[in-house]
Amino acid sequence: MKISRYATQWAAKVIVWMGAFSTLAVMIWILIQVLMEGLPLLHLDFFLDSPRQMGRSGGIFSTIIGTMALTAVAIIIATPLGVGTAVYLKEYTRETRLTRLIRFGTDCLAGVPSIIFGLFGFVFFVIFLKMGWSILSGGLTLAVMILPTIISTAEEAIKAIPRSYREVSFALGGTRWQTVARVILPNALPGILTGVLLGVGRSVGETAPLILTAGSSLLVPTSLFSPIRTMSVHFYILAREGISMEMAYATGAALILLILTINTLANWLLWRYVRKKRG
Amino acid sequence: MSEEAKIVVEHFHFYYGSLLALKDINLQIRARQIRAILGPARSGKTTLLKSLNRLTDLTYGTRHTGRVFLDEQEIYDSQISLPELRRRVGMVFDLPTPLPLSIFENVAYGPRLKGITQKTRLREIVEKSLHAAVLWEEVKDRLASSALGLSGGQQQRLCIARVLALEPEVIMLDEPCSGLDPISTASIERSLIELKKEYTVILVPHNIQQASRVADRVAFLLSGELIEEGPAGQIFTRPKDKRTEDYISGKFG
Repeated sequence: MKISRYATQWAAKVIVWMGAFSTLAVMIWILIQVLMEGLPLLHLDFFLDSPRQMGRSGGIFSTIIGTMALTAVAIIIATPLGVGTAVYLKEYTRETRLTRLIRFGTDCLAGVPSIIFGLFGFVFFVIFLKMGWSILSGGLTLAVMILPTIISTAEEAIKAIPRSYREVSFALGGTRWQTVARVILPNALPGILTGVLLGVGRSVGETAPLILTAGSSLLVPTSLFSPIRTMSVHFYILAREGISMEMAYATGAALILLILTINTLANWLLWRYVRKKRG
Repeated sequence: MSEEAKIVVEHFHFYYGSLLALKDINLQIRARQIRAILGPARSGKTTLLKSLNRLTDLTYGTRHTGRVFLDEQEIYDSQISLPELRRRVGMVFDLPTPLPLSIFENVAYGPRLKGITQKTRLREIVEKSLHAAVLWEEVKDRLASSALGLSGGQQQRLCIARVLALEPEVIMLDEPCSGLDPISTASIERSLIELKKEYTVILVPHNIQQASRVADRVAFLLSGELIEEGPAGQIFTRPKDKRTEDYISGKFG
């Protein structure tokens, strides 16, 4: 049977359109569900009060601090390592057995289930390095987890920079490092930031490995060695142990707001940076 | 003649992997003249330019034999500083390649790499270089705006200004007028004639007419071999080699 060109065209349009529409619909549905249940419970007290009665009442102050501290540690450690690796792979060496090995390693790392990272973090950071359940152990574990994403997005961003920029920089008497610092990194920044934001999203959303490495303390942390409970872990425990579905939804809504705020802020900073640099 | 020679190339062979790109080149390039390098596509012109400031080092798997001297110093010597060499032998590429920075920062890029940070000194250099590249009048009021917003001809003159800001001794231009309109081409040619008063200029012209308008001496390359070289007047009127004559009269290109 022959299908007319018109019919194929029409079918393709429907399929493509449905794909885009259902993605959007699922996203909106999730947002509406969580925000409708959670938003009415969000008062200022909820943000500024620490959890009481295992989270049955009170707020989520300590978990917000925990989440932010943990994410900050993960990002601060993973970004320089990841960007450094990407710069090495793209600017300081050409394709060799070593670069393929590094890339294979990061690909494997990206495919490992997060609970395995949790186990590794527990055995290595918590027990072996005696860091205990702490922001540091959790942050280091997350850093290892988000490293592959940061490496591959930074590598893509660096790859997209025209070869002529490098040639010009060298031709004007630039050293390799000057070229990286003045041409490569500034132009790759938007792409690098995308990877970092993906890392932030993952850090904020992770639960299993954090229960194993950062603990589930409800106290406000006082140092990098304090155990903490992140918002996601809090959400998980509230829902899983049947402590309070309402509080769980409120935490979920707060989590979504936090991620939205971080992404908006980052994009705004990026936009300002690009505008300033382009003149 | 050797007293005046700024660059001396001796028995220079250049390979990309196993591909021979330049074969036994012997050439002297005199100071304060415009040396045009003619030849059809893929005859090794760009490779020759890039091997004079070792930009060829950026490509993996290249090698050379023979020697190149800049003021009697061997440039392939392991002691030589590459950034320093590239500051002395500046290069303008065939397509305008402004960096995604402001006009000012494009010209200040080289001086900044050299370690000049003083704002007034940088302004001085930028202004002087833009004047020399005949671009100052057109951009003086918008130095802080993006170089990407300039027209093709302006961008190419910006690239020339950027090289001049390095205070080089030799300026190499690889078909700097390809893709430019006749008016931009004329203004670039005017600045070339100004430039040779102070600098040694090596030009790969984008056509034979351009070479005849500006060059003092001409070298003709074919398939990586130097076929003939001599004063422009002689090459264009009485070439010694049949192949040069055929190329210049347009029998092949």
